[in-house]
Amino acid sequence: MSWLVPIPIVLPLLGAALSILVGRSRPAQRVVGIGVLAVLVVVSIVLLVQVDSHGTIVSDAGGWPGPLGITLVADRFAALLLLVAEVTLLVVLVYAIGEPGAERNHVGFQSAYLVLAAGVAASFLTGDLFNLFVSFEMMLTASYVLLTLGGRAEQVRSGMTYIVISLLASTLFVMALALLYSATGTVNMADLALRMGELPPGVRTAFAVLLLVVFGIKAAIFPLFFWLPDSYPTAPSPITAIFAGLLTKVGVYAIIRTQLLLFPPDSRPATLLLVLAAATMVIGVLGAIAQDDIRRILSFTIISQIGYMVMGLAFFTVAGIAAVVFSIVHHIVVKTSLFLVGGLVEHASGSNRLSRIGGMVRTAPLLAAMFLACALGLAGIPPFSGFISKLGLIEAGIADRQYAVIAVALAVSLLTLFSMMRIWMGAFWSPREDDAPPAPEPTAARSPILMLVPTAVLVACSLGIAVAAGPIYSLSERTAHDLVDRDAYVEAVLGR
Amino acid sequence: MTVMLAATAAALFGIGTYLLLQRKLSRIIIGLGLLTHGANILLITAGRRGDPPLIGEGRVEGFADPMPQALALTAIVITFGVTSLLLALAYRSWLLTNDDEVQDDLADRAVGDSDVVEEEVADQQQVIAREEAP
Repeated sequence: MSWLVPIPIVLPLLGAALSILVGRSRPAQRVVGIGVLAVLVVVSIVLLVQVDSHGTIVSDAGGWPGPLGITLVADRFAALLLLVAEVTLLVVLVYAIGEPGAERNHVGFQSAYLVLAAGVAASFLTGDLFNLFVSFEMMLTASYVLLTLGGRAEQVRSGMTYIVISLLASTLFVMALALLYSATGTVNMADLALRMGELPPGVRTAFAVLLLVVFGIKAAIFPLFFWLPDSYPTAPSPITAIFAGLLTKVGVYAIIRTQLLLFPPDSRPATLLLVLAAATMVIGVLGAIAQDDIRRILSFTIISQIGYMVMGLAFFTVAGIAAVVFSIVHHIVVKTSLFLVGGLVEHASGSNRLSRIGGMVRTAPLLAAMFLACALGLAGIPPFSGFISKLGLIEAGIADRQYAVIAVALAVSLLTLFSMMRIWMGAFWSPREDDAPPAPEPTAARSPILMLVPTAVLVACSLGIAVAAGPIYSLSERTAHDLVDRDAYVEAVLGR
Repeated sequence: MTVMLAATAAALFGIGTYLLLQRKLSRIIIGLGLLTHGANILLITAGRRGDPPLIGEGRVEGFADPMPQALALTAIVITFGVTSLLLALAYRSWLLTNDDEVQDDLADRAVGDSDVVEEEVADQQQVIAREEAP
């Protein structure tokens, strides 16, 4: 089945090229975009089933075996996240087509979107650290284009910040690669895992921290998060949704992959990660409480949720990592749906500022119900999926006796609920205040069906995660066992 | 030779960092260019020096390590692409604001400052948003 592994990377790139060729016809572009992503959903389902039942699949690009050639590795972690990513990408593409804005006005939207899909898939599947750099760049370059589509002053300003920060992170990544190569003579991740043991402990820790900074910028962990709430809200709502759901999580994926695979247990910066996790959770949620704009509130809560994932990783136990894997799956789906609902609110009421809208529980009851389901899920109220992820994290923390960070996590959970309820009260429950400044006229009286259906599908997915929590959680546990067992990965890739 | 390369990389990092901290967009972009060149030189330094690695010319043991050069080439191409995009955006920013400075984030300032600014910002954003909508 190893021929399946490159498909999620190659197919969207071909699709992107085809999309440019048929650029004159928007319907043809849409067929290409949706067709490619639908095929990829099927491919990633097959991959996940295969990997889960038969073990890790390795594919050597060009037939050059690792560590010489570039290896693509589909293990449980990569295949699971790939599936969630492809489903989210497909749903958001349909939403973008329904939205009057980005996709309709720009010829390049579909091809940039497919390149983004290829970059995300490549980041998950690669088994080579330099190839991870290239995949990141593929994904980021597409995201630069999508973020600044339209070229409004605000977008150009925030786009510049985003690109400069990302390019700086990439430069640090190249530096880290140069130092790693001169220290070990390889950039293949499995080979690096073998040779890392030969380095002095101080050098290993330095590499661990350097890679943490590189991916920490992309994942927006404290204190490297400032670019995120600044840049994400300015893009069109489907773009913000997909960035919020996927891009930071790819950073988290890279942190987990490199920290667990490359470094032996004694050189992992566990205490540093715990402190950063606590700070990320607190700062993110406090930022969310201070905002008035729905998209900015949601952007700050992304940061706070990233803190939970880093916390679970910092325990470095199977239970902690299983909870992180589950919460990444949960968070991609829930966060994307929240942003999609936010886009619909803006569409239906004409504004996304809480001080200007209100009473939408009467005018748009369906939106209100969808928002409430996601918001409670994000805050971790039972029976939603967020509760299961938080329960797992906290159990892992108690087993590891990290009571201080657990207390912080619980407090932040309450504050998250508070910030979500501010949106709920401001936009839906309480009537619009009479002296509130007028909101602009809504662009249309009814939400377009093509925006409503994808959002409903994704919300249903997030409820589905809660219903199917048993199987998904046991898959997460198997994934965590894989991740902790470095030797198995090395053996699968190098055959020794 | 390694010391020379290290010194060059260090100098590029130093100047690049200084320029990156400026408020003019053109300086930031030049600074990023220098920083990435510094990283590429570091990458080149990572490999063994020696003869050109061509099969049939010279001894295999004397070959230079071609791997870091291939990596550096890839990195150069990527940075070239991103820098071009950045330049296009900087030009766009200059067209829109008639200035080369990095603009403040209005919403950030609004949270810190008074409500007056906030309303002003909101109006501005709504006007822009409505112009954007077809």
